[in-house]
Amino acid sequence: MSTTLLTVAPSPHIHQELTVPQIMRGVIYAMLPALALSVYVFGIGAVNVTVIAIVSCAFFEYLICTYLLKTKSSVADGSAIITGMLLAFNVPSNLPWYIVVIGSAVAIGIGKMSFGGLGNNPFNPALVGRVFLLISFPVQMTSWPEPVASWSIDGATGATPLGLLKDGLRVGDTVPAIMNEMPSNVDFLLGFQGGSLGEMSGVALILGLIYMLYRKIITWHIPISMVVTIFILTGLFWLINPEKYADPVFHILTGGVLLGAIFMATDYVTSPFTHKGMLIFGVGIGIITVLIRLFGAYPEGVSFAILIMNAFVPLINRYTKPRRFGNKPVTNG
Amino acid sequence: MLFDLNNKLKTFHKGGVHPPEHKLSEHAAIEELPLPRQVVIPIFQHIGKPPKIVVERGDEVKVGQIIAVHEGFVSSNIHSSVSGKVGRIDEVIDSSGFRRMAVNVRVKDDVWDESIDRSDNLVTEIPFAPKEIVEKIMEAGVVGQGGAAFPSHVKLSVPEGKHIDTLIINGVECEPYLTADHRLMLERPHEIMVGTKILMKALGVDRAIVGIENNKLDAIELIEKVSREYDGISVESLKVQYPQGGEKQLIEALLGREVPSGGLPMDVGAVVHNVGTTYSVYHAVQKNKPLIERVVTVTGKKVKKPANYMVRIGTSVTELIEASGGLPENTGKIVSGGPMMGKALGDMDVPIAKATSGILLIPTFESKRSEVYNCVRCGKCIEACPMGLEPYHLMLLGKGKNTDEAKEENILDCIECGSCSFICPSNRPILDYIRFGKSSVRKAENNQ
Repeated sequence: MSTTLLTVAPSPHIHQELTVPQIMRGVIYAMLPALALSVYVFGIGAVNVTVIAIVSCAFFEYLICTYLLKTKSSVADGSAIITGMLLAFNVPSNLPWYIVVIGSAVAIGIGKMSFGGLGNNPFNPALVGRVFLLISFPVQMTSWPEPVASWSIDGATGATPLGLLKDGLRVGDTVPAIMNEMPSNVDFLLGFQGGSLGEMSGVALILGLIYMLYRKIITWHIPISMVVTIFILTGLFWLINPEKYADPVFHILTGGVLLGAIFMATDYVTSPFTHKGMLIFGVGIGIITVLIRLFGAYPEGVSFAILIMNAFVPLINRYTKPRRFGNKPVTNG
Repeated sequence: MLFDLNNKLKTFHKGGVHPPEHKLSEHAAIEELPLPRQVVIPIFQHIGKPPKIVVERGDEVKVGQIIAVHEGFVSSNIHSSVSGKVGRIDEVIDSSGFRRMAVNVRVKDDVWDESIDRSDNLVTEIPFAPKEIVEKIMEAGVVGQGGAAFPSHVKLSVPEGKHIDTLIINGVECEPYLTADHRLMLERPHEIMVGTKILMKALGVDRAIVGIENNKLDAIELIEKVSREYDGISVESLKVQYPQGGEKQLIEALLGREVPSGGLPMDVGAVVHNVGTTYSVYHAVQKNKPLIERVVTVTGKKVKKPANYMVRIGTSVTELIEASGGLPENTGKIVSGGPMMGKALGDMDVPIAKATSGILLIPTFESKRSEVYNCVRCGKCIEACPMGLEPYHLMLLGKGKNTDEAKEENILDCIECGSCSFICPSNRPILDYIRFGKSSVRKAENNQ
């Protein structure tokens, strides 16, 4: 008789190939174009901040797993690396190293591991870290470096386009006058603007989006609904009074809308399950972002909008349950 | 262009996945497997009550002779698939993994019961009344051959007050690897068509639709051509999507009707029979031949000769594997059925049953489950569930034995297709816990 040992397990006996570590790797690949451009524009500072953020996020997760939770370290699943990268994408490239480390500790420690690690956190960890830093170190978090590459732009140094807009409006300038001193929307799309490390280039971010859609890592629902909502709302205000409100394309290309829509709001853990829920989530982020930008004190508002909508996710899930099969009225005949 | 065309095809509209098809044996014509030296015929192969054994050790039996008689209505007759001498009548482990009664028959010659017409000529005339048809199907022990093994005569007995307008013939074969139904459609199209006419007559319907997935273009073309000779039968090609072969999914795909939760296809005016079953119905009614053999696919990535065999019920799985070139080295799992819903066997000496559609040999490197990660709440299981359930949630409810809430969340609607476990990027054993939850809910119901 043969002595082959057979595995006996319940069905299914096959599994699709996209697993969590592969998805995480895919997201990292998708962020590379934006990172590359950032390094080109901001130089070695961008590399430093990114490396420090990734290493400290992974290190804190390892520490917490090993010494506090006493479980197997979950660093290998790759999610801590993404949190580190996203945190770096959301801060200026000249941020002092210790602030980056503090931000990483908050993102991983409070934002993720305190809830039980991957899959259990209600808020996007990188954004928790970012908002903590924004409130604790407002000066360092809003002094933007001058691009080291020789772009022939002046307006984009020292402050973000949205910051310039807010300041200009505060002292009574009209939007067209402020815009005259800023690079064109085409420049914003390519990435010739000041700002956080990863938010400058629309093109690089959209490349990442296309890659993630192609790999079926995310669906279009959240990014598109969020961007379209911002476009429509800011567009309406712009049509009503172009002297006071900037055009919708400007709003979409600046201040992290694309970074947020593509990489932050689409985080599996902190976004709704169903497509319908995702659409509500995206529209909600869009509305809150526009409210903060046009009527609030902060020039941008994507981070807050996402965190606020994160809190609504359980509620959205509750009200957007899939329709059960068999509840359709019978049409016999 | 082809892509557009594919999208316009009918399919079901909720959930679904598309595993790699691997139809390795689709070009292998059906071969008659040589008679084994012995068969072990399990007595309880169907859903319902086990039948009563009517032979004793030492009895001489012929091919097609009844050896166990149905008990009650939802039950099925069992016939000897070979001629020879009855040996031990004892419990064996069958493909369900349970110990169940089985009759051993030592094969001697190949003597058939005289009432069976063994000729190949096609009999298209159907002289029987609907009631007689159902009776003949019951006598012949025909059960659903798609996997569930539900007695076919029960599905043909329409209760008062229900109106059936469409018969659906299931030629979907959505499980990867399996090709038994595909080959049967290619090689025995007329028998399937006459079988369909018989079922139509029994149900009193004048419309039948054969649903076939678009990865079997040759079968679609052939059945379309042949069906023109038979009134009321049409063919619909379907977009490839798992689990389209599920009754509820197929009815929705073809008719746009959803079988209500806890209901039966009859509730929406439809009855579904598999092509293999239809083929057996033809033989039962026109040839007096009971269900004693069926087509079984033997397949797997490392199998020397992936093939389709016409096999007598009760033949050992070992014989089929030997016929296909022996057990490949590093085989880690033997599955009875397809990779999505089949049962892993613990032993190669398991007998082929009426519902065994295939034997799949999975290499060791694919037979173990991968590392499990935390649920990342990606929602892919919800997207994949063809019943509109929330598998991640049902898994937690099943794990926590929260039977009340699990029932409220329609856990009993789960058809156990495995799409959720298949798609889960964290490799979570979702379906295992849902099954556990379902049985807890059933237990709680029975205790009330």
